[in-house]
Amino acid sequence: MRQSGRTRIAVDAARAGTESLERRGIDVKGELFRAVLLLCISIGIVMLATLLAYVIVAGWPRLDLSLFTEMPSTRDPNTSGFLPAIVGTLYVMIGVLVTTVPIGVSAAIYLEEYADSSKWYNRLIEVNIQNLAAVPSIVFGILGLAFIVRGPWGLGFVAFAGSLTLMMMVLPTVIIASREAIRGVPSTLRHASLGLGATRWQTVSRQVLPVSLPGILTGTILAMSRAIGETAPLLLVGATTFVRFLPEGLFDGAYSVITVQIFQWAMRPQEEFRTLAAAGSIVLVALLLLMNSVAIWLRNKYSRAY
Amino acid sequence: MTIVSAPIEPPSVEPPLSLEPSSRRLGEKAIVALLFAAAALAVLITVGIVLAIAGPTVEFFRQIPFSRFFSTEPWAPNFVPDGFGVYSILAGTASIVLYSCMIALPAGLGAAIYLNEYASHRARKILKPVLEVLEGIPTVVYGLFALAFVAPLLQQIWPTFLPGKLGDPPGFQFVLSAGVVLGIMIIPTVASVSQDAMSAIPGGLREAAYGLGSTKMQVATKVVVPSAFSGIVASFVLGLSRAVGETMVVLMAAGAIANLTLWPNDPVLTMTAFIGRTATGDVGFGTTTYYTLFAVAALLFVITLVINTISIALVRKFREVYE
Repeated sequence: MRQSGRTRIAVDAARAGTESLERRGIDVKGELFRAVLLLCISIGIVMLATLLAYVIVAGWPRLDLSLFTEMPSTRDPNTSGFLPAIVGTLYVMIGVLVTTVPIGVSAAIYLEEYADSSKWYNRLIEVNIQNLAAVPSIVFGILGLAFIVRGPWGLGFVAFAGSLTLMMMVLPTVIIASREAIRGVPSTLRHASLGLGATRWQTVSRQVLPVSLPGILTGTILAMSRAIGETAPLLLVGATTFVRFLPEGLFDGAYSVITVQIFQWAMRPQEEFRTLAAAGSIVLVALLLLMNSVAIWLRNKYSRAY
Repeated sequence: MTIVSAPIEPPSVEPPLSLEPSSRRLGEKAIVALLFAAAALAVLITVGIVLAIAGPTVEFFRQIPFSRFFSTEPWAPNFVPDGFGVYSILAGTASIVLYSCMIALPAGLGAAIYLNEYASHRARKILKPVLEVLEGIPTVVYGLFALAFVAPLLQQIWPTFLPGKLGDPPGFQFVLSAGVVLGIMIIPTVASVSQDAMSAIPGGLREAAYGLGSTKMQVATKVVVPSAFSGIVASFVLGLSRAVGETMVVLMAAGAIANLTLWPNDPVLTMTAFIGRTATGDVGFGTTTYYTLFAVAALLFVITLVINTISIALVRKFREVYE
């Protein structure tokens, strides 16, 4: 006899239940199972603790002010610092912020407020966003190398090329978070505004956006923290050169970023450079944890229930 | 008080009230067009990826025949004599995926079951953010951890008494150290997608099983896991896709030697690590090595696209069942 999935599950469960009624005492198998599950979840947590402990212990000796104020040096790791990488990260991130937020929020508004999801082109856009979110980051680096650094755009290996490459990578994150925030705005608010004679755009810009702002902000912070922590695509679009000076601007001059600097130092055989890489990692992880905490705090503080 | 009666208006001759806006409001239309353009950029980026990869890949295959690329000849694009057998770096990726998924899939599923079925409300409130932190650590820090902590540790405790190849102590870069760390990195992805699927199961199913006297373990293994099966598979597929696409950990810890091997103590070069490593060196524009980057990226893009399409379809399926 063919059974449907749910019926089979119910029958199995019922049979197992009846069997268990006959048993007495401690459920050894059940306790063992619980122990295995606990082990599963502890692996991640124990490794996280080990990683943080390793980075702090290994990087502690170099966690000083010169880390932030000195230029990198291949000869003397003890006076080598992250200054150009920090400034470079700042430049790249400004570029990411000013491109990603307007585009991402606009796309989210279109998809939530205007798009008719039965139209093929709107569905195409949705599927594309989902797919982009799962494309390996290094592929964005390839796209950046072929189209932004060289090719039609030809920006060269400058900070803004890094910004645009990262923008493409984090755009889906901002769009998805903003859509969720906009979807959370109750439709009564829209109806009231439209009923009072506001146009659609007036309704969106003066009612919907202000209410969904905390959610959009949370998504933006998370996206930025992903961009700051990213390394691989930037290796392809120029942030590889050993920079001993500050970047000149968004559009000219070589640049480096913190993650790439950590990568370069980690790959050197001398122990002192590993220390330097670990010290940089402490700063980076602390910064990202701070950003994520702010995002979570914002979400909790402003999550109004309608 | 006097009541002023309004003069009776003559019957209206205006047309019936229309709900259409009185003016055409070109501004509104322009705004919609702008918003649409922003959304359409997502499609443009995908098209851009395909175009960016396709041109140089075609050029690559004009120089190097298909039969050499898809072969077991050594992978040495910038050496003399050169070799372009992609199977060696495909094997590197396969090896990394194998070892990382051996950790990430069971641990992620176990963590999801624990969070959804066993953990108290309070425990869940603490454990979930901790797993999120694990997801937020930059990959380059994981790479440093694998290279400078996990690899030396594994070298020290390597079971050298094992027979044959397995007993050889590894060098300072090898698959297992990168695989272990990558596996840990992927646990949160697998756990959170799996748990989403489990929490979508209606409570009635679970309560029915409990009502009939099932134990917690029976509910978990015979009701929750089978009901959330497509979601769990989707989380596995997503984890797999992340393992295939990850660059930094393998670039730093897995080695630089293209190796047609699956042994845990061998160094390997993966597709992503090849792209990252080659790009950090000086690659002349228009050289065969430059085109090789794109050919490998094309293969990587196609593989992850297939995996992602499967995973998106599966997620849609489990959403449809209960929502």
